[in-house]
Amino acid sequence: MTDCKSFNRREFIELVGAGSGLLLVACGPVPPPPGAQAKDDYDWTKHYWAYAVDTAKCIGCCACMRACRAENDVPEQYFRTWVERYRIMAGGEVHVDVAAKDDHVFEKPAEGGDVVKAFFVPKLCNHCEKSVCNQVCPVGAAYNTKDGVVLVDRKHCIGCGYCVQACPYGSRYIHPQLHVADKCTLCYHRITKGMLPACVHACPTGARIFGDLKDPKGELSTILNQRRFRLLKPEMGTHPKCYYLGLDREVV
Amino acid sequence: MDYVFPNEINVTWTVMIVLYPYITGLVAGAFIVSSLYHVFGRNELKPVARFSLASAFVFLLFATLPLLVHLGHPERAFNIMITPNFTSAMAGFGYIYTTYLILVVLEIWFVMRADFIRRAKGTGLAALVCRALLFFNLHEDEQTRKGDHKIATFLAGLGIPLACLLHGYVGFLFGSLKANPWWATPLMFVIFIFSAIVSGISVLIFHYFVVSFLNGWKVDQACVRSMGRYLWGFMIVAVALELLEILSIAYKQTEEWEVLGELIERKLFLSYVVLQFMTFSLIPFLLLGIAALIKLRERLANAITWIAATMLLAQVLLMRWNVVIGGQLLSKSLRGFTSYFPGLFEKEGVLIAVIIFTMPFIILYVFHRIVPLFPDAVPKSARTAER
Repeated sequence: MTDCKSFNRREFIELVGAGSGLLLVACGPVPPPPGAQAKDDYDWTKHYWAYAVDTAKCIGCCACMRACRAENDVPEQYFRTWVERYRIMAGGEVHVDVAAKDDHVFEKPAEGGDVVKAFFVPKLCNHCEKSVCNQVCPVGAAYNTKDGVVLVDRKHCIGCGYCVQACPYGSRYIHPQLHVADKCTLCYHRITKGMLPACVHACPTGARIFGDLKDPKGELSTILNQRRFRLLKPEMGTHPKCYYLGLDREVV
Repeated sequence: MDYVFPNEINVTWTVMIVLYPYITGLVAGAFIVSSLYHVFGRNELKPVARFSLASAFVFLLFATLPLLVHLGHPERAFNIMITPNFTSAMAGFGYIYTTYLILVVLEIWFVMRADFIRRAKGTGLAALVCRALLFFNLHEDEQTRKGDHKIATFLAGLGIPLACLLHGYVGFLFGSLKANPWWATPLMFVIFIFSAIVSGISVLIFHYFVVSFLNGWKVDQACVRSMGRYLWGFMIVAVALELLEILSIAYKQTEEWEVLGELIERKLFLSYVVLQFMTFSLIPFLLLGIAALIKLRERLANAITWIAATMLLAQVLLMRWNVVIGGQLLSKSLRGFTSYFPGLFEKEGVLIAVIIFTMPFIILYVFHRIVPLFPDAVPKSARTAER
């Protein structure tokens, strides 16, 4: 305490200023994440974002759900992304559930019986090329960006809920506090700065793959060129851009 | 066993979206009845011609209210007309609704101009309102009457396709949603038009009897008999279409039937099978058939027609409920169902719905106080005295 008192205000400012200067010289600016660009440089005509899910790699930890909720302030009881657990029983019966509680931890199944096959399937907005939510929005608040993301203009949405009804994937909901349609944005605020969507960033097994279809040598393009994949509800004609690797026929 | 996508646990469209197509249906149906007289010359419907036109108008005034109550941002409602997204079926609503409202207002003006003039020549606030409505031009002669009649007939004729468009459009809103197998059928458009006509005729019969009873008027038998027959015919077509739709899906036994069959069996058995079809369709069908085919005493025939019309009002409401709510109970996972029970006092609850539904009747009464909607009504006592 007595040492502290020996500094007067001028000496203290000089000391802090000198220290900060030294620190800046030593460390330089905080490095951006790999591949990151400043937002001002972002050109949405140069990207076409899409998503893949390698279902065989998902372990159902739901870190993605927690990350999404924290990153995007998702309201309780609603989901921008979720993980479905499928259990196919010996008799052919299929049990599906979601870790919907706040901690997003799967509970031990209540019912017994022999499970012959079990797997997890992460779900999110499919960011369809011909998105039906965009088609039905009466005021044009739902829109497809040039870089392939389906977004909602919160300041223009009237909250009619027509897009919620139209989405074949159950990806939309009416935000209970904002009273507008809400959904996955692929963490647009992150991807336009060169970062990964929060769910992809949090996934410990690499089950969620995010990439640019305009980058022919990128990870996503390479995977889609080399692996077999399926789309959810292709018969809807929405041309979804969420590609599922190793998807079981039970998944809709 | 049941799996519902986690965002589908809460139903998005509730009581207000049940009420909205119900009220627009009443508009379209009531307008069709007025046009049967004004365009198709069904003179036996003259006693209710003005009443039906005024009914269409007052229901139309309140058709948007449930939507406004439902919207998350009602203050942005006009975005639908300012920045319409023309790929959306819903974007047409503002234009269709406004056009139709203008048409109905104009038709009322031309049909009732003579009455407005008569009222305008009196004193008081109502007279002043009428003078303003007439742009302070109270001139009237044979030529103007002929002109008014001509224009009113033209508007009534033009109104028929517009009425069909207004309500068919509501059916299209549901029928065009490919993601929902309970809604996605081209028949929805036609079913909504016919059920609208059924509800419109029903509300007129229901209300005509009530008003006549309360005022001690003699009910015009030819008019009621004619409306009863039209109602019978239209309800047969409406119910047949509804049955055809579900039977064709059931017979095809496609993948979607597996889940729709379960929806009907587990979630809609009471409201759809027991109430909508077995009770509120079958019984009115039999009652109206009896009233149409068998010569009954006046009082009995009237009672039967009124009961059938009242039941059909409930039938159409049930149909709206089963479409709107039923479609949302089914998860798009096609693996399970959610549940919904309406609240009484919530924003989109039953109480607000009842208040909204009562408003048109109050406005109709005010309308009647300004311009009589039953100018030819005969008091029961007068008829007895004449005899």
